[in-house]
Amino acid sequence: MSDKKTILNVKDITMQFGGVVAVNNLTLKVREGEIVSLIGPNGAGKTTAFNVITGVYAPTNGEVKFHGNTIISNFPKGKMDKLYAGENKGKYKKTLEPTPDKITKLGIARTFQNIRLFKELTVLENVLIAKHMRMKANIFADTFRLNHKEEAKMKADSLELLRILDLYDVKDEIASSLPYGKQRHLEIARALATEPTLLLLDEPAAGLNPQETDELTEFIRDVRDKFHLTIFMIEHHMNLVMDISDWIYVIDFGKQIANGTPADIQNDQRVIDAYLGVADDE
Amino acid sequence: MTSTAFLQYCLTGISIGGIYALIAIGYTMVYGILRLINFAHGDIFMMAAYFMIFAMVDFALPWYVSIIIVLAATVILGVVIEKVAYKPLRSAPRMSIMISAIGVSYLLQNLATYLFSALPKGYPSIGFLTKTITIGSISTSVVTFITPILTLVFVFLLLQLINHTKIGMAMRAVSKDFETSQLMGIKINRVISFTFVIGCFLAATGSILYFTPRPSVYPLVGSLPGTKCFIAAVFGGIGSIPGAMLGGFVIGLSETFIKAAGYSEFSDVFTFILLIVVLLFKPTGLFGEKITEKV
Amino acid sequence: MTEQKKHKLSIILSIIGILVLAGALFGVYATTSSTDMLRTVLQLGAIYALVAVSMNLLNGFTGLFSLGQAGFMALGAYVFAIFTIPAAQRPGVYYLYGVADWLANIELPIIVALILAGLVCAIVAGLIGAPVLRLKSDYFAIATLGFAEIVRIVVGSSPLNRITNGSLGLKLIPKFPSFFFPFIVVGICIFIVWLLINSSYGRAFKAIREDEIAAEAMGINLAKHKQMSFIISSFFAGVGGALMAMYMGAITSTTFNVTLTYNILLIVVIGGMGSLTGSVISSFIVIAAREWWLRFLDQPFFIAGVQIPLFKTGFRMVIFSIILMIVVLFFRKGIMGTREFNWNFILKRLDKKEKAPVGGEGNE
Repeated sequence: MSDKKTILNVKDITMQFGGVVAVNNLTLKVREGEIVSLIGPNGAGKTTAFNVITGVYAPTNGEVKFHGNTIISNFPKGKMDKLYAGENKGKYKKTLEPTPDKITKLGIARTFQNIRLFKELTVLENVLIAKHMRMKANIFADTFRLNHKEEAKMKADSLELLRILDLYDVKDEIASSLPYGKQRHLEIARALATEPTLLLLDEPAAGLNPQETDELTEFIRDVRDKFHLTIFMIEHHMNLVMDISDWIYVIDFGKQIANGTPADIQNDQRVIDAYLGVADDE
Repeated sequence: MTSTAFLQYCLTGISIGGIYALIAIGYTMVYGILRLINFAHGDIFMMAAYFMIFAMVDFALPWYVSIIIVLAATVILGVVIEKVAYKPLRSAPRMSIMISAIGVSYLLQNLATYLFSALPKGYPSIGFLTKTITIGSISTSVVTFITPILTLVFVFLLLQLINHTKIGMAMRAVSKDFETSQLMGIKINRVISFTFVIGCFLAATGSILYFTPRPSVYPLVGSLPGTKCFIAAVFGGIGSIPGAMLGGFVIGLSETFIKAAGYSEFSDVFTFILLIVVLLFKPTGLFGEKITEKV
Repeated sequence: MTEQKKHKLSIILSIIGILVLAGALFGVYATTSSTDMLRTVLQLGAIYALVAVSMNLLNGFTGLFSLGQAGFMALGAYVFAIFTIPAAQRPGVYYLYGVADWLANIELPIIVALILAGLVCAIVAGLIGAPVLRLKSDYFAIATLGFAEIVRIVVGSSPLNRITNGSLGLKLIPKFPSFFFPFIVVGICIFIVWLLINSSYGRAFKAIREDEIAAEAMGINLAKHKQMSFIISSFFAGVGGALMAMYMGAITSTTFNVTLTYNILLIVVIGGMGSLTGSVISSFIVIAAREWWLRFLDQPFFIAGVQIPLFKTGFRMVIFSIILMIVVLFFRKGIMGTREFNWNFILKRLDKKEKAPVGGEGNE
């Protein structure tokens, strides 16, 4: 397993809001083609970690590498210089704070914990919007349809994607009118339309019933294989996590407490203490 | 500029600033609780002026009765507006409430034009307020002198109310988190009505102080001071009462000095530029809290 | 019916529709005198339709609550007026302060000046957009409102006396060269906006309206797209302002006060935020109601010889504002919501009737 290439490399990430350290010196690796899960009790800092990786928050300290290139990097400065309560201060010297759209362009797509579809638009439009950033034509050419070939290809690709993901029949429905499970699928479809190499899923099974969860497990595996993706996800459903993960990271209070294969994690005493024994409300 | 003139301008500036502060507090409190720019607030201020004309000119009531009538009528107007135009939109997108506020402003202006005609009407003079007093080398009218004092007294009382009473605590809770405070059993609608009562009371007071030294009232008279006072509230950090007061004084003073320097045409331009500059460098104002959106 | 066939059919229907409207317009032209109320309402309605559409592009499609429309209209109107008042008449217009030397003999053709009016607004929008667009919703609204007031005050201020004629305003602005002129200009402009919002960039704007965070996560550069929307909207607001100047023939800076912005906003709201056809329909209805149908409210009204006291000057605007408030409070989506008038809807109906015995989906 270790011979695979590392695609995402998160190094010493600390995210501090005022005096609160939400993510503390987090280091992790995601290898190409794997499904990696990030688990931990509520409030452990999982979504914050995702938000750092996708550029929503600039980290207080640390860096993120993607395909070997540093894409995000920061160190405490200004007011934070004095307040900083994390580790590895002084190790990073560069400031690189891309906005989320830049990260997406590099090939990292994400979904959200509380579904964020373009609610009033159709399923097809949702997917087309995700294709927009790859468009070459400028606004003038696009308005006057000088790029109708490109536009036609965009539409064909989107329809093809919907067909593969079994959403073709509902392509003209308004996104918010879909059943909850389908909305989750659409959110993943939309993320795929940005043509990512790494897909981040933030609690994809939240709010799904057991049957829908089983379907989703298959769906995620399918997506990984069909699109040759690497998947990094946050999830609470232990069955799902243990079922599909190649590797699991566990964090608590912003710090990593363990990592390993599903079997390792299930037997790890620290994990059982911190998480499974305490917060198992599934 | 001689030192006497300088002091004179200072007093004028602080005085108009005090009035701005009183109106700005109304904006800041409503925004703090409803997250709404109450575009109608300037027009409520205008209506208060017409109430005064009504009471003192049309009904020839003595000034002390008229003041009470003006305060009461303005407060009722404000609360009715809230109940009719804002309450039904509690769960609507924020844009809708803002549009409703603009609609109310539009309605009040048209209503005033209809009822009182578009022509300026003279504002009645309240005897003792227009008397001239001389302090050292400065001579000024009583109203100019008492305005800042009154402002400080009201702000002090308001802060006591907000920090040390039960309804004040409820107001603070609602402004922090609307939904949670509702779950905690706070009667949201009462708190909101109370906020409008205070805001309109201060606007009515401001209106009396503002128009006493000025000759006339017309239906659009509230819109510019209204916008300026909103800017004062933004300047101080919206939601913060001391901030609104500070903003009012800053705008009042700078406006007076710009006029004194001979650029009266541009005094309002300055106010708007101040707004844009403040927003750019400190988007939440001097004392505003930073808001982060949850992803 | 296949999608392509449907597409073709709706284009044909649209062309027929436009021809019918053009014919109706011609009919109005042929049968009415030049001072007829219907003509006034149609022309003014068309101008408001353009500015409402330009505001809708920002407020309804991109979700940016701007209140700067009147400012850009003022800018457009003044740019247009300054460059088109006939050179021979200028001394008369600027009789008090005189005209700036560089300006005295410049006289641009109407079309060039119209485009210039739009371009100036677009450039100004580009300059102020970068900082102002960073502001969150209501702060953006108030900042644009402030900007509009700045424009209005500066345009009417004394240092610009020799260019804008200061507080006296400008007059003898060329009128429409023909009855059809405003309709053609407005038609072209709205068609361009329609093309835009149905393009990929238009979808990106809608995505920003729906959910900024998700839009950004889909790779849409928020700053860039908001800026584009702001610039384009301002361009058309400027053209609209120029048309307004032509319509009125004389302008002063007070023409373009906040109330004008509110008027346009309320037209947009009545039509439906996020619907172009809604804005257009609502412009004509609102203007007709305000300028024509409700006029009687301002006149003394008698029933059996007794004058009803409510009816006097200003009553019309009160009723009008009450209608607006009713729409705002109870019909929040306006006439069209975010929907557009389209033939598909009508075709679907016909299609269903045709296919009823067979049932099932179409060929696709």
